[in-house]
Amino acid sequence: MRSSQYSGLPAWVYVPAAAGAAFVLLPLLALMARVDWSQFISLITSESSVAALRLSLVTASISTVACVVLGVPMAVVLARTRFAGQSVLRSLVLLPMVLPPVVGGIALLYTFGRRGLLGEHLEVVGLQIAFSTVAVVIAQTFVSLPFLVVSLEGTLRTAGRRYDIVAATLGAKPTTVLRRVTLPLVLPGLASGAILAFARALGEFGATITFAGSLQGVTRTLPLEIYLQREVDPDAAVALSLVLVVVAVLVIGLVRGSRGQM
Amino acid sequence: MAAVLALIGGLNACGGDGDDGDSTAAGSEEVTLTVFAAASLTSTFTELGERFESENEGVSVEFNFAGSSDLVAQIQNGSPADVFASADEKNMQKATDDDLVEGEPTLFAANTLQIVTAPGNPKGIEGFEDLAAEDITLVICAPEVPCGAATKEVEESSGITLSPASEESAVTDVLAKVTSGEADAGLVYVTDAVGAGDAVESISFPEAADAVNDYPIAVLAGSEHGDMAQRFVDFVLGPTGREVLGEAGFVQSE
Repeated sequence: MRSSQYSGLPAWVYVPAAAGAAFVLLPLLALMARVDWSQFISLITSESSVAALRLSLVTASISTVACVVLGVPMAVVLARTRFAGQSVLRSLVLLPMVLPPVVGGIALLYTFGRRGLLGEHLEVVGLQIAFSTVAVVIAQTFVSLPFLVVSLEGTLRTAGRRYDIVAATLGAKPTTVLRRVTLPLVLPGLASGAILAFARALGEFGATITFAGSLQGVTRTLPLEIYLQREVDPDAAVALSLVLVVVAVLVIGLVRGSRGQM
Repeated sequence: MAAVLALIGGLNACGGDGDDGDSTAAGSEEVTLTVFAAASLTSTFTELGERFESENEGVSVEFNFAGSSDLVAQIQNGSPADVFASADEKNMQKATDDDLVEGEPTLFAANTLQIVTAPGNPKGIEGFEDLAAEDITLVICAPEVPCGAATKEVEESSGITLSPASEESAVTDVLAKVTSGEADAGLVYVTDAVGAGDAVESISFPEAADAVNDYPIAVLAGSEHGDMAQRFVDFVLGPTGREVLGEAGFVQSE
């Protein structure tokens, strides 16, 4: 043992830890080993691939904005207030996190679909959500919102309310406290929550294919394109998979960076 | 690191030989046939498997139903199977090219496209050309999958260009979009339309004859029960097979 610092860990722990690391890394290496590098660029720059990547980036960005707009107030309410049934409500709004995405897709279908709870009324006003890019954004927002809420609520609780109280006793109005004290303090947590939501939106597949459909440039995001390409051109599917892995790695790097600032 | 890889290798070995252990261990009559069949054959082959079991003492038939391209990929990667029934000739060709098939594949059924709409056909669709109308929300299969390739063939031969709201990667997704009311019409196989029962209204159209999808079946080279596997293939090709497949909407392959 060369390590200068005492880790306090028994030696055997490293064996399952290494096995776990290999378990996660091996499939990624296997994926990279399968990439046809000579054709890689042409595979990922084909018309359908570029359309799918662009659609994925655009919809995931819009979904992230929607998550921030809806999720920040949710996290603040959950972290700073107490009301009856709060813990039940928290569990319920976090449900999309553990729900199989296809179940989310079916639920969205019966909400925003043509014969759905809201869809019927939207149809009357001339709004049709099914098969549109809006449906993709709704599906992505539905599955990623809890990630932002959980992440931000945790940060809010850790930050505590001392500064809020001080600001309030100095005469700041609630909106000013929220805007000038509470949120700036948790900005790194908000950033990492938003990046997590973005990553989840980017990878969304099940709810999208169930609810939004699949049409190039309109609803066929990168994961759907990979799923379809697998049928005819496994090389293209592998190349596009690697693109998603690279984006995911960049996202993890960003999260670590934003956490590091704290 | 080496220890970890050895551990993973060991796990692999354990998982690999669990499946077919019972087929050779017991008495001479105990045979388990593993049949890889296209997802569109799920109900017909399940029934044929049961009938085959009742006619052949000591034989049990196990199925793996999935998309034909997935099944070929599994067979190519060494999945143990005795019989392969594909939903198209292209995927069977992949298996033949890799010398994974024993003898020649035989065509045993054919499937054509049919229009499905909501019950009562509210948009009054009567034929293929009606699908191109602007006020129809149409869902079809993507050209990359067999039902979409067939749709494209019909488009090309009829000169009618469709503008679908969605190109799904599975025929079941097309059906689901119609049964849930999201789409006004969809193009699926006759067998899918028959399987959906009253949930949809089916409309046949003459142009469908331009894109007939033939289903080939073959005994696989890796089969340990070649004779029994051939017997199952003959059973599918025989009168019982024709009857069960015919009831589900399949037509005889020419």
